[in-house]
Amino acid sequence: MKKSILSILSLLLVLGFVLVGCGKKEDDKQGASNNEGANNDAISIAMVTDTGGVDDKSFNQLAWEGLKAYGEENGLEKGDGGYDYLQSNTDADYVPNLNSLVRRDFDLIVATGFMLAEPIAEIADQKKDAKFVIIDSEVQKDNVASVMFKEQEASFLAGVAAALQTKTKKLGFVGGMESDVIERFETGFRAGVASVDPSIEVMINYTGSFGSPELGKAAANQMYTAGADIIFHASGGTGNGVFTEAVERKTADPNADVWVIGVDSDQYHLGKVNDDTNITLTSALKRIDVAINDVIKLTKEGNFPGGNTTTLGLAEDGVGLAETGGNLTAETLATVNEWKEKIVNGDLTVPGTYEELKSFEEQ
Amino acid sequence: MSLLDTIAFVFYNALFYAAPLIFTGLGAVFTERSGVTNIGLEGIMQVGAFTAILFNLFYADVFGSMTIWTAILVSMVVSAIFSLLLAVASITFRADQIISGTALNMLAAGLTIFLVKMIFGKGQTDMATEINSRFNVPVLKDIPVIGPIFFQNVYITSYLAILAAIIGWVIIYKTPFGLRLRAVGEHPMAADTMGINVNRMRYIAVMISGGLGGIGGAIFAQSFSMDYSHSTISGQGFMAIAAMIFGKWNPLGMMGAAIFFGFAQSLSTIGSNLPVIKDIPNVYLFILPYVLTVFAIAGFIGKSVAPKAINTPYIKGSR
Repeated sequence: MKKSILSILSLLLVLGFVLVGCGKKEDDKQGASNNEGANNDAISIAMVTDTGGVDDKSFNQLAWEGLKAYGEENGLEKGDGGYDYLQSNTDADYVPNLNSLVRRDFDLIVATGFMLAEPIAEIADQKKDAKFVIIDSEVQKDNVASVMFKEQEASFLAGVAAALQTKTKKLGFVGGMESDVIERFETGFRAGVASVDPSIEVMINYTGSFGSPELGKAAANQMYTAGADIIFHASGGTGNGVFTEAVERKTADPNADVWVIGVDSDQYHLGKVNDDTNITLTSALKRIDVAINDVIKLTKEGNFPGGNTTTLGLAEDGVGLAETGGNLTAETLATVNEWKEKIVNGDLTVPGTYEELKSFEEQ
Repeated sequence: MSLLDTIAFVFYNALFYAAPLIFTGLGAVFTERSGVTNIGLEGIMQVGAFTAILFNLFYADVFGSMTIWTAILVSMVVSAIFSLLLAVASITFRADQIISGTALNMLAAGLTIFLVKMIFGKGQTDMATEINSRFNVPVLKDIPVIGPIFFQNVYITSYLAILAAIIGWVIIYKTPFGLRLRAVGEHPMAADTMGINVNRMRYIAVMISGGLGGIGGAIFAQSFSMDYSHSTISGQGFMAIAAMIFGKWNPLGMMGAAIFFGFAQSLSTIGSNLPVIKDIPNVYLFILPYVLTVFAIAGFIGKSVAPKAINTPYIKGSR
């Protein structure tokens, strides 16, 4: 009995290998023929999401919207030879997803998020002809273009805005996991606050997770209770809890002074209390769509920035502050724009690490 | 924050966090006491959370401030029906309980997200508007010390959960139904000999666990995330099962364990803003809940013994 099961299993296994082998060949052919038919100017592009999923209201979604916009502009279709994405549901999906896109012959493969840095480095060594773009991390390979953002510049402006509009002189920052990116958010924010009024206290809480609204909610609750009136979150899905806490307080007491500053994309819709009230003060934007379009343009011109790191800041319109809803007053906006000019002109360098922040505060 | 504020925060936050775990854990106690492992509680919570958010979004206009509670009831019914899948597979068809429970988890995760995509055209729902809010208990809130800790800023769900655990304890230990339930889980053949319909008892127990798990999911979604996405319920169902084991398959013990989890969690949240503690590197605060749990399980609770007939389908006449 056992033997027969074993032999059937091994037969299936062999059959599986054979079929997989066939499938691969067909895929290759299809990809090639599609490519020939496509518009010569337009390049095909695909992305691999991190575990946030393609519509995370933030990072991956922005990237995908950038891809889609590009594809539609150039008359490409979703699929091989056009534009496409593969979603990673777990960390284990990164390598297979990247591999599968390479096999499908996309001209440019985008990976969103620093979690994909290692998988990309691995695949880039194996597939020297493919071109990769990694966002939010640096990978030193000739066929990988790295795109980073000066998050600190956007959060600096957010910090300025928060410092101008706080009434309690207490602010909060909720971070996700501790990493270089979130450190840039934190230091930029604190520097912005300190530039307006060094006496304002900023409470810091790292929740250790990008996907736990319950931790975000507890952290926000604690900060609001301790007297903070504006909280800036850079914590992905954990930030949902921050919004929930603020909305709850505002629902219970319409006069409560609670605000949230969103991150990555314009998170105005998350702060809706009712038709007239919204507790999203502003959002620190990261224009991933802009970044992707830049790389596409360079690649088309034959200047794929492989091995280089492009860093986008306020000057390149790669980051910014959202103004939806008009919760920022006109005076605040005017002051924010003054600071923005200083940064764009190069008169001011926003600190991006704790050490830089220290010397910044000493000045 | 003053010391009293801090204590009050740790306390009500612990209870708030524990409420969904207590409901789901109570469900786990019922089903395991009858001899059926329900590892599918994670999936059942997902179905409950999904149903509640959907209901909250579409019917907030109709029910107003009662939306949350109606949503919880609807989730309870939907999840109880969903849990029937486990009952049919593992009781009637005697499939392996762990495997059918795991199937339930996978089905729920896929199905709910699929439905979200069909309905909303994206990976998560919109934000629901009716929210589980805290309130102050009149009169009692003014008692010094005890008032701020127990009766200010409380959530009704916290107290409902404690009440549910107590009622669960009474049912399991003080009623004929509870006696039968335990008998079926310990020695189904003896129970059968005494005229108890073993499979019927188990069906009822699984559906109770489904209903309670649905309530847990509904409370979680309407308290913390306010939308439903693939990361809304991530591990809470398993936490509830852990609380049940920690609490030795006893509703009150389970409740204690769930509150303990909540306590450790809120300590780690508030720690980063307390003097002295805030100088400790974050990572130690992050692992605090887990370390405390390991210590508690290893040191204090002693041996935790599962019901005897757990994981075995009952076959009439077999020995």
